[in-house]
Amino acid sequence: MQRVRVQYAKRGAARFTSSRDVSRALERSLRRASVPMAYSSGFSPHPRISYANSSPTSAATEAEFLELGLSAQCDLDKLAAALDGALPKGLDVVAVAASDSRSWGELLQASTWLIDLGAVDGDQLSTAVEAFLRADQSIVRRMTKSGVREFDARAATHRLRHPAGDDEGSIEVVLAHTTPLVRPEDVVAALRELQPDLNTGKPALTTRLNQGVWTDGVMVNPLTNQPWP
Amino acid sequence: MADCFGRSVGLPTMSKSTSPEVLFHRLEPLLAQVSKPIQYVGGEQNSVVKRWEDVTVRWCLMYPDAYEVGQPNQGVAILYEILNERDWILAERTYAVWPDLQKLMRAEGIGQFTLDAHRPVKAFDLLGVSFSTELGYTNMLAALDLAGIAIHSAARTADDPVVVIGGHAAFNPEPVADFVDVVVLGDGEEATLLISDIVREWKDQEQPGGREGVLERLASTGAFYVPRFHDVSYHADGRIEAVTPNRPGVPARVRKHTLMNLDAWPYPQRPLVPMAETVHERYSVEIFRGCTRGCRFCQAGMITRPVRERSIETIGTMVAQGLASSGLEEVGLLSLSSADHSEIGPITKQLADRYEGSNVSLSLPSTRVDAFNIELANELSRNGRRSGLTFAPEGGSERMRKVINKMVSEDDLIQTVATAFGNGWRQVKLYFMCGLPTETDDDVLAIADMAKRVIDTGRKAAGTKDIRCTVSIGGFVPKPHTPFQWAGQASAEVIDARLAKLREAIRSDRRYARSIGMRYHDGEPGVIEGLLSRGDRRVGAVIEAVWRDGGGFDGWSEHFSFERWERCAEQALEGSGVDLDWYTTRERDRDEVLPWDHLDAGLDREWLWDDWQDALEGMEVDDCRWTPCYDCGVCPQMDTAIEIGPTGRQLLPLSVASSPLVADSRS
Repeated sequence: MQRVRVQYAKRGAARFTSSRDVSRALERSLRRASVPMAYSSGFSPHPRISYANSSPTSAATEAEFLELGLSAQCDLDKLAAALDGALPKGLDVVAVAASDSRSWGELLQASTWLIDLGAVDGDQLSTAVEAFLRADQSIVRRMTKSGVREFDARAATHRLRHPAGDDEGSIEVVLAHTTPLVRPEDVVAALRELQPDLNTGKPALTTRLNQGVWTDGVMVNPLTNQPWP
Repeated sequence: MADCFGRSVGLPTMSKSTSPEVLFHRLEPLLAQVSKPIQYVGGEQNSVVKRWEDVTVRWCLMYPDAYEVGQPNQGVAILYEILNERDWILAERTYAVWPDLQKLMRAEGIGQFTLDAHRPVKAFDLLGVSFSTELGYTNMLAALDLAGIAIHSAARTADDPVVVIGGHAAFNPEPVADFVDVVVLGDGEEATLLISDIVREWKDQEQPGGREGVLERLASTGAFYVPRFHDVSYHADGRIEAVTPNRPGVPARVRKHTLMNLDAWPYPQRPLVPMAETVHERYSVEIFRGCTRGCRFCQAGMITRPVRERSIETIGTMVAQGLASSGLEEVGLLSLSSADHSEIGPITKQLADRYEGSNVSLSLPSTRVDAFNIELANELSRNGRRSGLTFAPEGGSERMRKVINKMVSEDDLIQTVATAFGNGWRQVKLYFMCGLPTETDDDVLAIADMAKRVIDTGRKAAGTKDIRCTVSIGGFVPKPHTPFQWAGQASAEVIDARLAKLREAIRSDRRYARSIGMRYHDGEPGVIEGLLSRGDRRVGAVIEAVWRDGGGFDGWSEHFSFERWERCAEQALEGSGVDLDWYTTRERDRDEVLPWDHLDAGLDREWLWDDWQDALEGMEVDDCRWTPCYDCGVCPQMDTAIEIGPTGRQLLPLSVASSPLVADSRS
């Protein structure tokens, strides 16, 4: 069995897909693209796909990862093109590479998120970002399946930049993949707590720009082992 | 202007002939705030977006329920493909919007939209709504209002789409007569194209007569019903006196459409593949349309006559294409009674041969006990899945089954069950109805006896106690165009009391209690379904009152409110001399004018009445596919004939190419 890793993106309206929606669409696309999948054995065989930590519904992403188990050796460029062609609009294959022995947990330890807070005052956002970075911890509460839980958004933050590019209403944050996982919306909640005027009443738009291993201020791409651009 | 995926869909303007505003950019910020946003996004595999300016006739097709229920609907899927195949027509889809998004849309001033290009529904020429069930009526009103379209047909202007309805519930459209412009009876393939032709011609001629003009053209064919062109008068006691056309050129009776030669219409070929989870995740092929088994409760079997089969070759081609274009793995061979196809054996065996070794699975959603055989079941479960078998005896006692003409003997059922349990199955599901005409407590209690016999037989045949029988029971609702259209519906109290006795009978016997499961619903929703099924135009006020009171999604038990329907019915019908009971539990006599008598499903009214009388005496009628014609009237009236095999033809094996992605081993 050949194992290959796939980096894919969720763009445009496809960001509204849940991880279950993606897996359904992917399995059908693999069949349409005639990808020779290996199947699990047993009563109800499933194609061998392992998903790395999925981004939440309504977040766009440029860097999701999964691994396919193939029943025959494939030409990776052809595989990438065929799968990309078969996937629904907005789900795009970015890169394909042969797997190595490292696990997703070793390869994916942090993510860079672009967060658009909407029509907010740039100076107020800047003040909140500075206060957030000065603090030792920043506890936010969020409803989870097991009730309201507390998360330390500050402890998970490797880096926080404002503005992101030219947009005064956006920030870029590098978050460690902690357990329990701190999400970009937790950082937004922390900033809104520090500066209530930032609360527009609408959820912020988040996009995962990349993920990998964060070392010495650089994020390393798990497929190329090179820093992300 | 680009849509949500960056495709160009034309520039926004206000006029109907030029492209309307694309709503996605305004909708998008709202989607992150609602449950399951993917259902509003569209862009599914095989969906079609056309430029607005490139076509003359624009349809918006609606299934009036949530996306997860509406998307798999075959009728909408077929029409979507057929209409979009014409270069002068475009068809997009819309579904019921859940209250969370409805509220945000109203706050932002965004109207009901299509999924394909997120265009406003109001901008289309035609809004076609498919009603499989009456429980979608309130959702149609919600969608019309959210779209900014007047809910009453009489109040609509040239800016509004022509609202067309079809589907089985449309065979009695009188309860929604005030809200719709045009009603189509029967098969929609040719009917929607005929409407499109008429609309195109009318538009090409600069729309003579305006909105009334196009409705008159449609009505004059006798093939489309425009409720506004018919007046209803009532007797002092509330019964209908007459339904009469109110202008020249409108025929008194409107006929149903019947599609012949299904092989010439092999749709859907390129099924839409949703990203969201839906109720059916399979590629479905209708292997035949119509049924002449003659079950007296079954509206579908009465209004879709005669039987028209698809040939084994067409079915094979459709399955191959449908799987290739969708990537689905499950195939449903659909019909009203799939094991009745004249070549069902060869079809299942040869399809199973074709897909042997793949993960493609086949299913027959509707199989009769008497048409079932173990070879068929074995073909369908070659991949080893023998989870459960489902049969629908419908009536618990032999007497009851004679009344409803479901000619399945208990011994047949037991024999079948024994074979199935002997061949590795461990679970049987049995469907019944409660509240059938002439039914007594004993008829319902017989269900318990049958289930116990199934368990006894199964334990012996399987050699284990570890088997199960699930009994699933629905309340019977008399339907128009059936022999039971005259029957008094059992009240919710009667149904609930009989089901309570049945539950007790099953529970009290400790030898069986843990092996028999019972699933049923309260009788109350059936009362409202009954009101909407056999209602007349006066019921429209009830539907409107329920919707204005906040009602909707009536097919969902968590949204359906009997209390609201009962209260609104009382208020809306006050002073009319009729009430909820009058519409439901009252038995009609032979000469009463029924609200749908002017709508011609082909069935001879005299034959229906005689069959109703035969039912009361427990006299059965045979299937006209295998015994002589019994003059139900459909074939001569509609100029149709039974189209069945066997053809004796065979499926050729598919050539299985190896994947083009596999690396060349020599390199």
